[in-house]
Amino acid sequence: MLEIQNLSLNLGGKSIICDLNLHINKSEIHGVLGKNGTGKSTLAFLIMGAGNYVPTAGRLIFENEDITSLSIFRRAQLGISLAWQEPARIEGLSVRDYLMLNGKPRGVKYVEDYLSVVGLEPGEYLDRDIDNTLSGGERKRIEMASILAMRPKLAILDEPDSGIDILALPSLLNAITEMNKQGSSVLLITHNEKVVEIAHCISVMCAGKILKTGEPGEMNLWFKENCQPCAHVNEPEKEGGKR
Amino acid sequence: MINYSIEKEYEGMVEAYQKAGGDRDSLLGGGTARLVIHGNKVLDQNGVAGIKIETRKTEKGININLLIEEGAKITHPVHLCFGLLPKEGLQEITMKVVAQDNSEVSVVAHCVFPNAVKVIHKMDADITIGNNARFDYKETHYHGEFGGIEVIPRAAVKVGKGGVFQSNLTISQGRVGKLDYDFEVFCQEEAVAELVVKAYGKGVDDIKIWEKIHLDGAGARGLAKSRLVLSDKAKAEVKGETYGNAPFARGHVDCIELVNGTEAVAIAIPIVSVTDGRAKITHEAAIGSIDKKQVETLMARGLDESEAVDVIVKGILK
Repeated sequence: MLEIQNLSLNLGGKSIICDLNLHINKSEIHGVLGKNGTGKSTLAFLIMGAGNYVPTAGRLIFENEDITSLSIFRRAQLGISLAWQEPARIEGLSVRDYLMLNGKPRGVKYVEDYLSVVGLEPGEYLDRDIDNTLSGGERKRIEMASILAMRPKLAILDEPDSGIDILALPSLLNAITEMNKQGSSVLLITHNEKVVEIAHCISVMCAGKILKTGEPGEMNLWFKENCQPCAHVNEPEKEGGKR
Repeated sequence: MINYSIEKEYEGMVEAYQKAGGDRDSLLGGGTARLVIHGNKVLDQNGVAGIKIETRKTEKGININLLIEEGAKITHPVHLCFGLLPKEGLQEITMKVVAQDNSEVSVVAHCVFPNAVKVIHKMDADITIGNNARFDYKETHYHGEFGGIEVIPRAAVKVGKGGVFQSNLTISQGRVGKLDYDFEVFCQEEAVAELVVKAYGKGVDDIKIWEKIHLDGAGARGLAKSRLVLSDKAKAEVKGETYGNAPFARGHVDCIELVNGTEAVAIAIPIVSVTDGRAKITHEAAIGSIDKKQVETLMARGLDESEAVDVIVKGILK
Protein backbone atom coordinates (compact mmCIF):
# COMPACT_ATOMS: atom_id res chain seq x y z
CA MET A 1 0.00 0.00 0.00
CA LEU A 2 2.75 2.46 0.96
CA GLU A 3 6.28 2.14 -0.33
CA ILE A 4 8.88 4.48 1.08
CA GLN A 5 11.94 4.46 -1.11
CA ASN A 6 15.34 5.83 -0.07
CA LEU A 7 13.77 8.72 1.82
CA SER A 8 16.14 11.33 3.24
CA LEU A 9 15.66 14.64 4.98
CA ASN A 10 18.47 16.99 5.93
CA LEU A 11 17.74 20.00 8.10
CA GLY A 12 20.36 22.61 8.95
CA GLY A 13 23.13 20.37 7.72
CA LYS A 14 21.93 17.49 9.91
CA SER A 15 20.56 14.24 8.60
CA ILE A 16 17.15 13.61 10.20
CA ILE A 17 15.89 10.84 7.91
CA CYS A 18 18.62 8.87 6.23
CA ASP A 19 17.97 6.71 3.16
CA LEU A 20 14.94 5.16 4.80
CA ASN A 21 13.05 2.29 3.18
CA LEU A 22 9.77 0.94 4.47
CA HIS A 23 6.93 -1.10 3.04
CA ILE A 24 3.46 -1.10 4.56
CA ASN A 25 1.02 -3.71 3.36
CA LYS A 26 -2.69 -3.28 2.91
CA SER A 27 -4.76 -4.16 6.02
CA GLU A 28 -1.77 -4.46 8.33
CA ILE A 29 -0.90 -2.69 11.54
CA HIS A 30 2.73 -1.82 11.05
CA GLY A 31 4.58 -0.65 14.13
CA VAL A 32 7.56 1.70 13.99
CA LEU A 33 9.39 1.33 17.27
CA GLY A 34 12.17 3.64 18.34
CA LYS A 35 13.51 5.69 21.19
CA ASN A 36 12.84 9.43 21.47
CA GLY A 37 14.56 11.59 18.90
CA THR A 38 15.10 8.93 16.28
CA GLY A 39 13.01 10.71 13.61
CA LYS A 40 9.71 8.84 14.02
CA SER A 41 7.49 11.93 14.10
CA THR A 42 9.39 13.48 11.21
CA LEU A 43 8.71 10.32 9.23
CA ALA A 44 4.99 10.66 10.05
CA PHE A 45 5.06 14.29 8.88
CA LEU A 46 6.85 13.37 5.66
CA ILE A 47 4.27 10.71 4.83
CA MET A 48 1.40 13.12 5.54
CA GLY A 49 3.11 16.08 3.86
CA ALA A 50 2.91 18.17 7.04
CA GLY A 51 5.32 20.46 8.84
CA ASN A 52 6.75 22.09 5.70
CA TYR A 53 9.23 19.23 5.36
CA VAL A 54 10.45 18.56 1.83
CA PRO A 55 12.41 15.33 1.40
CA THR A 56 16.02 15.83 0.34
CA ALA A 57 15.81 12.57 -1.60
CA GLY A 58 13.58 9.56 -2.09
CA ARG A 59 9.99 8.85 -2.99
CA LEU A 60 6.71 7.99 -1.34
CA ILE A 61 4.52 5.69 -3.40
CA PHE A 62 0.94 5.21 -2.19
CA GLU A 63 -1.20 2.70 -4.07
CA ASN A 64 1.14 2.98 -7.06
CA GLU A 65 0.94 6.80 -7.12
CA ASP A 66 3.93 9.01 -6.36
CA ILE A 67 2.68 11.30 -3.59
CA THR A 68 6.06 12.82 -2.68
CA SER A 69 5.13 16.31 -3.79
CA LEU A 70 1.39 16.27 -3.10
CA SER A 71 -0.24 18.60 -0.55
CA ILE A 72 -1.68 17.31 2.73
CA PHE A 73 -5.15 17.84 1.32
CA ARG A 74 -4.45 15.70 -1.75
CA ARG A 75 -2.91 12.96 0.38
CA ALA A 76 -5.95 13.06 2.67
CA GLN A 77 -8.17 12.77 -0.40
CA LEU A 78 -6.24 9.69 -1.45
CA GLY A 79 -6.98 8.17 1.96
CA ILE A 80 -4.08 9.05 4.25
CA SER A 81 -4.59 10.70 7.62
CA LEU A 82 -2.49 11.49 10.66
CA ALA A 83 -3.23 11.56 14.37
CA TRP A 84 -0.70 14.02 15.79
CA GLN A 85 1.35 13.25 18.89
CA GLU A 86 0.19 16.58 20.31
CA PRO A 87 -3.10 17.31 18.57
CA ALA A 88 -4.00 20.90 17.75
CA ARG A 89 -6.59 22.65 19.86
CA ILE A 90 -9.11 24.70 17.94
CA GLU A 91 -11.28 27.23 19.74
CA GLY A 92 -14.95 27.14 18.82
CA LEU A 93 -14.83 23.78 16.98
CA SER A 94 -17.00 21.24 18.72
CA VAL A 95 -16.09 17.57 19.06
CA ARG A 96 -19.22 16.76 17.05
CA ASP A 97 -18.19 19.03 14.17
CA TYR A 98 -14.59 17.84 14.30
CA LEU A 99 -15.64 14.21 13.99
CA MET A 100 -17.96 15.04 11.09
CA LEU A 101 -15.43 17.14 9.16
CA ASN A 102 -14.50 14.50 6.69
CA GLY A 103 -17.55 14.96 4.49
CA LYS A 104 -18.63 11.36 4.84
CA PRO A 105 -21.84 11.94 6.77
CA ARG A 106 -22.88 8.70 8.37
CA GLY A 107 -24.89 10.39 11.10
CA VAL A 108 -24.45 11.35 14.70
CA LYS A 109 -24.92 7.78 15.87
CA TYR A 110 -21.62 6.81 14.26
CA VAL A 111 -19.88 9.77 15.84
CA GLU A 112 -21.22 8.70 19.22
CA ASP A 113 -20.01 5.15 18.61
CA TYR A 114 -16.50 6.38 17.78
CA LEU A 115 -16.33 8.31 21.03
CA SER A 116 -17.48 5.24 22.93
CA VAL A 117 -14.77 3.12 21.27
CA VAL A 118 -12.09 5.45 22.66
CA GLY A 119 -13.72 5.36 26.09
CA LEU A 120 -15.39 8.77 26.11
CA GLU A 121 -19.04 9.30 27.04
CA PRO A 122 -20.67 10.93 23.96
CA GLY A 123 -23.16 12.95 26.00
CA GLU A 124 -20.35 14.60 27.90
CA TYR A 125 -18.13 15.41 24.95
CA LEU A 126 -20.06 16.00 21.73
CA ASP A 127 -20.82 19.65 22.44
CA ARG A 128 -17.48 20.52 23.99
CA ASP A 129 -14.89 22.34 21.93
CA ILE A 130 -11.53 20.77 21.07
CA ASP A 131 -9.80 23.65 22.83
CA ASN A 132 -7.64 23.92 25.93
CA THR A 133 -10.53 23.00 28.23
CA LEU A 134 -9.81 19.36 27.35
CA SER A 135 -7.02 17.50 29.07
CA GLY A 136 -4.17 16.12 26.97
CA GLY A 137 -5.52 12.59 27.32
CA GLU A 138 -9.06 13.59 26.34
CA ARG A 139 -7.77 15.44 23.30
CA LYS A 140 -5.68 12.42 22.27
CA ARG A 141 -8.67 10.13 22.49
CA ILE A 142 -10.78 12.53 20.43
CA GLU A 143 -7.99 12.55 17.85
CA MET A 144 -8.25 8.77 17.66
CA ALA A 145 -12.05 8.99 17.33
CA SER A 146 -11.64 11.46 14.47
CA ILE A 147 -9.41 8.99 12.62
CA LEU A 148 -12.01 6.29 13.20
CA ALA A 149 -14.67 8.60 11.79
CA MET A 150 -12.55 9.36 8.75
CA ARG A 151 -11.95 5.71 7.91
CA PRO A 152 -8.73 6.41 6.01
CA LYS A 153 -7.01 3.79 3.90
CA LEU A 154 -3.83 4.51 5.87
CA ALA A 155 -3.92 5.90 9.41
CA ILE A 156 -0.63 7.26 10.74
CA LEU A 157 -0.74 7.28 14.53
CA ASP A 158 2.10 9.23 16.09
CA GLU A 159 2.69 8.11 19.70
CA PRO A 160 -1.04 7.46 20.29
CA ASP A 161 -0.38 6.40 23.88
CA SER A 162 1.48 9.51 25.02
CA GLY A 163 -0.53 11.42 27.64
CA ILE A 164 -2.93 8.50 28.01
CA ASP A 165 -3.29 7.09 31.52
CA ILE A 166 -2.82 3.39 32.07
CA LEU A 167 -6.54 2.77 32.64
CA ALA A 168 -7.43 4.34 29.30
CA LEU A 169 -4.78 2.42 27.36
CA PRO A 170 -6.97 -0.65 26.64
CA SER A 171 -9.67 1.49 25.02
CA LEU A 172 -7.01 3.18 22.91
CA LEU A 173 -5.59 -0.14 21.75
CA ASN A 174 -9.14 -1.29 21.09
CA ALA A 175 -9.65 1.79 18.91
CA ILE A 176 -6.57 0.95 16.85
CA THR A 177 -7.72 -2.64 16.39
CA GLU A 178 -11.20 -1.38 15.47
CA MET A 179 -9.67 1.00 12.96
CA ASN A 180 -7.86 -1.90 11.36
CA LYS A 181 -11.05 -4.02 11.33
CA GLN A 182 -12.83 -1.15 9.55
CA GLY A 183 -10.32 -1.61 6.75
CA SER A 184 -7.63 0.94 7.57
CA SER A 185 -3.98 0.04 7.38
CA VAL A 186 -2.23 1.53 10.39
CA LEU A 187 1.27 2.92 10.78
CA LEU A 188 1.69 2.79 14.54
CA ILE A 189 4.59 4.97 15.67
CA THR A 190 5.65 4.55 19.27
CA HIS A 191 8.51 4.11 21.72
CA ASN A 192 6.36 1.79 23.84
CA GLU A 193 6.93 -1.92 23.19
CA LYS A 194 3.63 -2.77 24.97
CA VAL A 195 1.58 -0.67 22.58
CA VAL A 196 3.27 -2.08 19.53
CA GLU A 197 2.34 -5.65 20.54
CA ILE A 198 -0.95 -5.23 18.63
CA ALA A 199 1.00 -4.75 15.37
CA HIS A 200 1.28 -7.44 12.72
CA CYS A 201 4.77 -6.34 11.86
CA ILE A 202 7.34 -4.06 13.52
CA SER A 203 10.18 -1.97 12.14
CA VAL A 204 12.78 -0.69 14.57
CA MET A 205 13.98 2.83 13.84
CA CYS A 206 17.11 4.66 14.91
CA ALA A 207 19.01 7.67 13.55
CA GLY A 208 16.46 8.23 10.81
CA LYS A 209 16.79 4.70 9.48
CA ILE A 210 14.86 1.47 9.71
CA LEU A 211 17.29 -0.96 11.32
CA LYS A 212 15.26 -4.12 11.17
CA THR A 213 11.76 -5.35 10.33
CA GLY A 214 10.08 -8.52 11.53
CA GLU A 215 7.49 -10.29 13.66
CA PRO A 216 6.34 -8.43 16.80
CA GLY A 217 7.73 -10.95 19.33
CA GLU A 218 11.11 -11.12 17.66
CA MET A 219 11.39 -7.37 17.10
CA ASN A 220 10.29 -6.42 20.60
CA LEU A 221 12.99 -8.70 21.99
CA TRP A 222 15.55 -7.27 19.58
CA PHE A 223 14.56 -3.71 20.61
CA LYS A 224 14.88 -4.58 24.31
CA GLU A 225 18.27 -6.19 23.86
CA ASN A 226 19.78 -3.72 21.42
CA CYS A 227 18.08 -0.35 21.61
CA GLN A 228 17.01 0.04 25.20
CA PRO A 229 20.49 -0.27 26.68
CA CYS A 230 22.10 1.58 23.78
CA ALA A 231 23.84 4.83 24.63
CA HIS A 232 24.29 5.70 20.98
CA VAL A 233 20.84 7.09 20.32
CA ASN A 234 20.74 8.28 16.73
CA GLU A 235 24.33 7.20 16.19
CA PRO A 236 24.21 3.44 15.69
CA GLU A 237 27.67 1.97 15.79
CA LYS A 238 26.83 -0.58 13.22
CA GLU A 239 23.88 -0.16 10.92
CA GLY A 240 21.25 -2.85 11.29
CA GLY A 241 23.32 -4.95 13.62
CA LYS A 242 23.82 -5.62 17.28
CA ARG A 243 25.60 -2.83 19.10
CA MET B 1 -32.60 58.94 -0.72
CA ILE B 2 -35.11 56.20 -1.46
CA ASN B 3 -38.51 56.57 0.18
CA TYR B 4 -39.76 53.42 1.84
CA SER B 5 -43.31 52.66 2.86
CA ILE B 6 -43.78 51.35 6.41
CA GLU B 7 -44.61 47.88 5.08
CA LYS B 8 -41.60 47.86 2.78
CA GLU B 9 -39.38 49.12 5.56
CA TYR B 10 -40.62 46.40 7.88
CA GLU B 11 -40.20 43.69 5.29
CA GLY B 12 -36.73 44.99 4.42
CA MET B 13 -35.71 45.06 8.06
CA VAL B 14 -36.99 41.54 8.68
CA GLU B 15 -35.14 40.30 5.63
CA ALA B 16 -31.91 41.96 6.79
CA TYR B 17 -32.55 40.64 10.30
CA GLN B 18 -32.63 37.13 8.90
CA LYS B 19 -29.42 37.74 6.95
CA ALA B 20 -27.78 38.78 10.20
CA GLY B 21 -28.76 35.45 11.73
CA GLY B 22 -32.02 36.53 13.37
CA ASP B 23 -35.05 34.29 13.57
CA ARG B 24 -37.94 35.82 11.62
CA ASP B 25 -40.51 34.09 13.81
CA SER B 26 -39.15 35.88 16.88
CA LEU B 27 -40.36 39.16 15.38
CA LEU B 28 -43.87 37.81 14.91
CA GLY B 29 -46.49 36.71 17.40
CA GLY B 30 -47.31 38.11 20.77
CA GLY B 31 -45.32 35.94 23.13
CA THR B 32 -42.03 37.82 22.99
CA ALA B 33 -41.03 41.38 23.75
CA ARG B 34 -39.58 43.12 20.71
CA LEU B 35 -38.72 46.41 19.14
CA VAL B 36 -38.01 47.04 15.46
CA ILE B 37 -36.56 50.43 14.52
CA HIS B 38 -35.72 51.68 11.06
CA GLY B 39 -33.87 54.99 11.14
CA ASN B 40 -35.96 57.05 13.52
CA LYS B 41 -39.20 55.09 13.04
CA VAL B 42 -40.51 52.44 15.36
CA LEU B 43 -41.94 49.81 13.01
CA ASP B 44 -43.00 47.34 15.66
CA GLN B 45 -43.07 47.25 19.44
CA ASN B 46 -44.36 44.63 21.82
CA GLY B 47 -43.97 44.30 25.56
CA VAL B 48 -44.65 41.37 27.84
CA ALA B 49 -45.44 41.17 31.54
CA GLY B 50 -42.47 42.34 33.58
CA ILE B 51 -41.01 44.57 30.84
CA LYS B 52 -41.82 48.14 29.96
CA ILE B 53 -40.57 49.55 26.69
CA GLU B 54 -40.96 53.26 25.97
CA THR B 55 -39.73 54.96 22.82
CA ARG B 56 -39.43 58.59 21.75
CA LYS B 57 -38.58 59.69 18.26
CA THR B 58 -35.74 62.15 17.79
CA GLU B 59 -34.50 63.88 14.66
CA LYS B 60 -32.01 61.15 13.79
CA GLY B 61 -33.06 58.19 15.87
CA ILE B 62 -34.96 56.91 18.86
CA ASN B 63 -34.63 57.25 22.63
CA ILE B 64 -35.51 53.98 24.34
CA ASN B 65 -36.35 53.29 27.97
CA LEU B 66 -36.28 49.61 28.83
CA LEU B 67 -37.36 48.62 32.31
CA ILE B 68 -37.28 45.08 33.68
CA GLU B 69 -39.37 45.09 36.81
CA GLU B 70 -38.17 43.87 40.16
CA GLY B 71 -38.18 40.10 40.44
CA ALA B 72 -39.35 39.60 36.84
CA LYS B 73 -37.84 36.52 35.20
CA ILE B 74 -38.41 36.97 31.50
CA THR B 75 -38.60 33.53 29.93
CA HIS B 76 -38.10 34.40 26.24
CA PRO B 77 -35.36 36.69 24.98
CA VAL B 78 -36.29 40.27 24.16
CA HIS B 79 -35.62 40.89 20.45
CA LEU B 80 -34.32 44.23 19.26
CA CYS B 81 -33.76 45.06 15.61
CA PHE B 82 -32.15 48.36 14.68
CA GLY B 83 -31.08 49.40 11.24
CA LEU B 84 -31.15 51.54 8.19
CA LEU B 85 -31.93 50.27 4.71
CA PRO B 86 -30.80 53.23 2.52
CA LYS B 87 -27.20 53.55 1.43
CA GLU B 88 -26.69 56.76 3.38
CA GLY B 89 -27.89 58.08 6.68
CA LEU B 90 -27.42 58.50 10.41
CA GLN B 91 -29.12 56.54 13.15
CA GLU B 92 -28.71 57.54 16.80
CA ILE B 93 -30.07 55.19 19.42
CA THR B 94 -30.05 56.35 23.01
CA MET B 95 -30.96 53.60 25.40
CA LYS B 96 -31.62 53.69 29.11
CA VAL B 97 -31.91 50.25 30.63
CA VAL B 98 -32.85 49.46 34.19
CA ALA B 99 -32.95 45.84 35.33
CA GLN B 100 -34.39 46.07 38.80
CA ASP B 101 -33.31 43.89 41.71
CA ASN B 102 -33.64 40.12 41.25
CA SER B 103 -34.82 40.43 37.66
CA GLU B 104 -33.52 38.30 34.80
CA VAL B 105 -33.61 39.00 31.10
CA SER B 106 -31.80 38.07 27.93
CA VAL B 107 -31.75 40.59 25.08
CA VAL B 108 -30.91 39.60 21.51
CA ALA B 109 -30.18 42.59 19.29
CA HIS B 110 -29.57 42.62 15.56
CA CYS B 111 -28.24 45.76 13.94
CA VAL B 112 -28.68 45.62 10.19
CA PHE B 113 -27.31 47.99 7.55
CA PRO B 114 -27.28 45.75 4.48
CA ASN B 115 -26.80 48.50 1.88
CA ALA B 116 -24.54 50.85 3.84
CA VAL B 117 -22.26 53.01 1.72
CA LYS B 118 -22.17 56.09 3.94
CA VAL B 119 -24.00 55.27 7.15
CA ILE B 120 -23.32 56.17 10.77
CA HIS B 121 -24.90 54.17 13.59
CA LYS B 122 -24.44 55.54 17.09
CA MET B 123 -25.64 53.80 20.20
CA ASP B 124 -25.37 55.34 23.64
CA ALA B 125 -26.51 53.11 26.47
CA ASP B 126 -26.87 53.82 30.14
CA ILE B 127 -27.45 50.50 31.85
CA THR B 128 -28.19 49.84 35.51
CA ILE B 129 -28.32 46.26 36.75
CA GLY B 130 -29.89 45.89 40.19
CA ASN B 131 -28.81 43.70 43.05
CA ASN B 132 -28.84 40.03 42.10
CA ALA B 133 -30.27 40.90 38.70
CA ARG B 134 -29.06 39.34 35.48
CA PHE B 135 -28.88 41.05 32.11
CA ASP B 136 -27.51 39.19 29.07
CA TYR B 137 -27.06 41.29 25.97
CA LYS B 138 -26.14 39.63 22.69
CA GLU B 139 -25.72 41.89 19.67
CA THR B 140 -25.04 40.76 16.11
CA HIS B 141 -24.39 43.16 13.25
CA TYR B 142 -24.77 42.83 9.52
CA HIS B 143 -23.33 45.68 7.50
CA GLY B 144 -23.42 44.32 3.94
CA GLU B 145 -20.44 44.00 1.65
CA PHE B 146 -19.52 47.65 0.98
CA GLY B 147 -17.96 48.51 4.33
CA GLY B 148 -19.37 52.02 4.15
CA ILE B 149 -20.49 52.24 7.74
CA GLU B 150 -19.28 53.76 10.96
CA VAL B 151 -20.57 52.06 14.10
CA ILE B 152 -20.07 53.80 17.43
CA PRO B 153 -21.47 51.83 20.37
CA ARG B 154 -20.97 53.33 23.84
CA ALA B 155 -22.19 51.94 27.12
CA ALA B 156 -21.81 52.88 30.76
CA VAL B 157 -22.95 50.02 32.96
CA LYS B 158 -23.44 49.80 36.72
CA VAL B 159 -23.87 46.32 38.19
CA GLY B 160 -25.31 46.05 41.69
CA LYS B 161 -24.39 43.54 44.39
CA GLY B 162 -24.48 40.00 43.06
CA GLY B 163 -25.70 41.21 39.69
CA VAL B 164 -24.55 39.81 36.35
CA PHE B 165 -23.98 41.74 33.11
CA GLN B 166 -22.92 39.89 29.99
CA SER B 167 -22.43 41.60 26.67
CA ASN B 168 -21.47 39.89 23.44
CA LEU B 169 -21.01 41.81 20.19
CA THR B 170 -20.38 39.87 16.97
CA ILE B 171 -19.66 41.24 13.48
CA SER B 172 -18.55 38.23 11.50
CA GLN B 173 -20.64 38.42 8.33
CA GLY B 174 -20.05 40.99 5.62
CA ARG B 175 -17.80 43.96 6.28
CA VAL B 176 -17.23 45.65 9.60
CA GLY B 177 -16.54 49.13 8.20
CA LYS B 178 -15.38 51.42 10.97
CA LEU B 179 -16.09 50.25 14.50
CA ASP B 180 -15.39 52.38 17.55
CA TYR B 181 -16.58 50.37 20.55
CA ASP B 182 -16.33 51.75 24.07
CA PHE B 183 -17.97 49.92 26.98
CA GLU B 184 -17.26 50.67 30.64
CA VAL B 185 -18.64 48.61 33.53
CA PHE B 186 -18.57 49.30 37.28
CA CYS B 187 -19.13 46.26 39.48
CA GLN B 188 -20.22 46.27 43.10
CA GLU B 189 -19.76 43.47 45.63
CA GLU B 190 -19.88 39.94 44.11
CA ALA B 191 -21.05 41.38 40.79
CA VAL B 192 -19.98 39.81 37.49
CA ALA B 193 -19.23 41.56 34.21
CA GLU B 194 -18.31 39.91 30.95
CA LEU B 195 -17.58 41.91 27.82
CA VAL B 196 -16.97 39.97 24.62
CA VAL B 197 -16.34 41.39 21.15
CA LYS B 198 -15.83 39.24 18.06
CA ALA B 199 -15.22 40.68 14.63
CA TYR B 200 -13.89 39.69 11.24
CA GLY B 201 -12.20 42.67 9.59
CA LYS B 202 -11.72 42.66 5.82
CA GLY B 203 -10.87 45.16 3.11
CA VAL B 204 -9.90 48.41 4.83
CA ASP B 205 -12.05 47.84 7.92
CA ASP B 206 -10.90 49.84 10.92
CA ILE B 207 -11.70 48.39 14.34
CA LYS B 208 -11.20 50.05 17.71
CA ILE B 209 -12.30 48.26 20.83
CA TRP B 210 -12.07 49.64 24.32
CA GLU B 211 -13.35 47.45 27.14
CA LYS B 212 -13.11 48.76 30.70
CA ILE B 213 -14.13 46.89 33.81
CA HIS B 214 -13.89 48.37 37.31
CA LEU B 215 -14.15 45.76 40.03
CA ASP B 216 -15.07 48.07 42.90
CA GLY B 217 -16.83 45.64 45.23
CA ALA B 218 -15.37 42.76 47.21
CA GLY B 219 -15.43 39.49 45.26
CA ALA B 220 -16.45 41.17 42.00
CA ARG B 221 -15.39 39.37 38.83
CA GLY B 222 -14.77 40.58 35.31
CA LEU B 223 -13.73 39.31 31.91
CA ALA B 224 -12.82 41.51 28.96
CA LYS B 225 -12.51 39.20 25.97
CA SER B 226 -11.94 39.93 22.31
CA ARG B 227 -11.53 37.71 19.28
CA LEU B 228 -10.57 39.34 16.01
CA VAL B 229 -9.63 37.99 12.62
CA LEU B 230 -8.11 40.44 10.16
CA SER B 231 -7.64 39.97 6.42
CA ASP B 232 -6.60 42.23 3.53
CA LYS B 233 -5.71 45.73 4.83
CA ALA B 234 -7.94 45.64 7.89
CA LYS B 235 -6.58 47.05 11.12
CA ALA B 236 -7.59 46.70 14.73
CA GLU B 237 -6.61 48.13 18.07
CA VAL B 238 -7.95 46.46 21.18
CA LYS B 239 -7.64 47.98 24.63
CA GLY B 240 -8.77 45.80 27.50
CA GLU B 241 -8.65 47.44 30.91
CA THR B 242 -9.49 45.84 34.21
CA TYR B 243 -9.14 47.44 37.63
CA GLY B 244 -9.15 45.39 40.81
CA ASN B 245 -10.13 47.92 43.47
CA ALA B 246 -11.54 45.67 46.17
CA PRO B 247 -10.62 42.58 48.18
CA PHE B 248 -10.83 39.29 46.30
CA ALA B 249 -11.82 40.93 43.05
CA ARG B 250 -10.85 38.73 40.11
CA GLY B 251 -10.44 39.93 36.58
CA HIS B 252 -9.02 38.73 33.29
CA VAL B 253 -8.28 40.39 29.97
CA ASP B 254 -8.18 37.93 27.09
CA CYS B 255 -7.41 39.09 23.57
CA ILE B 256 -6.66 37.01 20.48
CA GLU B 257 -6.14 38.65 17.10
CA LEU B 258 -5.45 36.49 14.05
CA VAL B 259 -3.82 38.20 11.10
CA ASN B 260 -4.41 36.53 7.75
CA GLY B 261 -2.02 37.87 5.12
CA THR B 262 0.74 40.46 5.19
CA GLU B 263 -1.08 43.78 5.10
CA ALA B 264 -3.50 43.62 8.01
CA VAL B 265 -2.42 45.26 11.28
CA ALA B 266 -3.33 44.19 14.82
CA ILE B 267 -2.55 45.95 18.08
CA ALA B 268 -3.48 44.77 21.57
CA ILE B 269 -3.09 46.89 24.69
CA PRO B 270 -4.04 45.11 27.89
CA ILE B 271 -4.09 47.32 30.98
CA VAL B 272 -4.45 45.72 34.37
CA SER B 273 -4.39 47.57 37.65
CA VAL B 274 -4.77 46.49 41.26
CA THR B 275 -5.31 48.89 44.14
CA ASP B 276 -6.08 46.23 46.74
CA GLY B 277 -3.45 43.61 47.48
CA ARG B 278 -6.07 40.88 47.77
CA ALA B 279 -7.36 41.42 44.25
CA LYS B 280 -5.96 39.52 41.29
CA ILE B 281 -6.10 40.58 37.66
CA THR B 282 -4.52 38.62 34.82
CA HIS B 283 -4.21 39.16 31.11
CA GLU B 284 -3.24 37.31 27.97
CA ALA B 285 -2.95 38.71 24.49
CA ALA B 286 -1.94 36.76 21.43
CA ILE B 287 -1.49 38.20 17.98
CA GLY B 288 -0.34 36.12 15.09
CA SER B 289 -1.10 34.32 11.93
CA ILE B 290 -3.52 31.42 11.74
CA ASP B 291 -1.88 28.47 13.41
CA LYS B 292 -0.23 26.26 10.80
CA LYS B 293 -0.75 23.11 12.84
CA GLN B 294 -4.48 23.78 13.13
CA VAL B 295 -4.66 24.21 9.34
CA GLU B 296 -2.67 21.03 8.73
CA THR B 297 -4.81 19.07 11.18
CA LEU B 298 -7.95 20.02 9.30
CA MET B 299 -6.31 19.39 5.93
CA ALA B 300 -5.36 15.91 7.11
CA ARG B 301 -9.10 15.39 7.68
CA GLY B 302 -9.82 16.20 4.04
CA LEU B 303 -10.38 19.97 3.95
CA ASP B 304 -8.50 22.14 1.48
CA GLU B 305 -6.53 25.06 2.87
CA SER B 306 -9.21 27.72 2.44
CA GLU B 307 -11.86 25.46 3.97
CA ALA B 308 -9.54 24.78 6.91
CA VAL B 309 -8.93 28.51 7.47
CA ASP B 310 -12.66 29.11 7.26
CA VAL B 311 -13.36 26.51 9.98
CA ILE B 312 -10.72 28.10 12.24
CA VAL B 313 -12.04 31.63 11.69
CA LYS B 314 -15.64 30.57 12.28
CA GLY B 315 -14.56 28.79 15.45
CA ILE B 316 -12.77 31.77 16.91
CA LEU B 317 -15.70 34.04 16.13
CA LYS B 318 -18.35 31.58 17.35
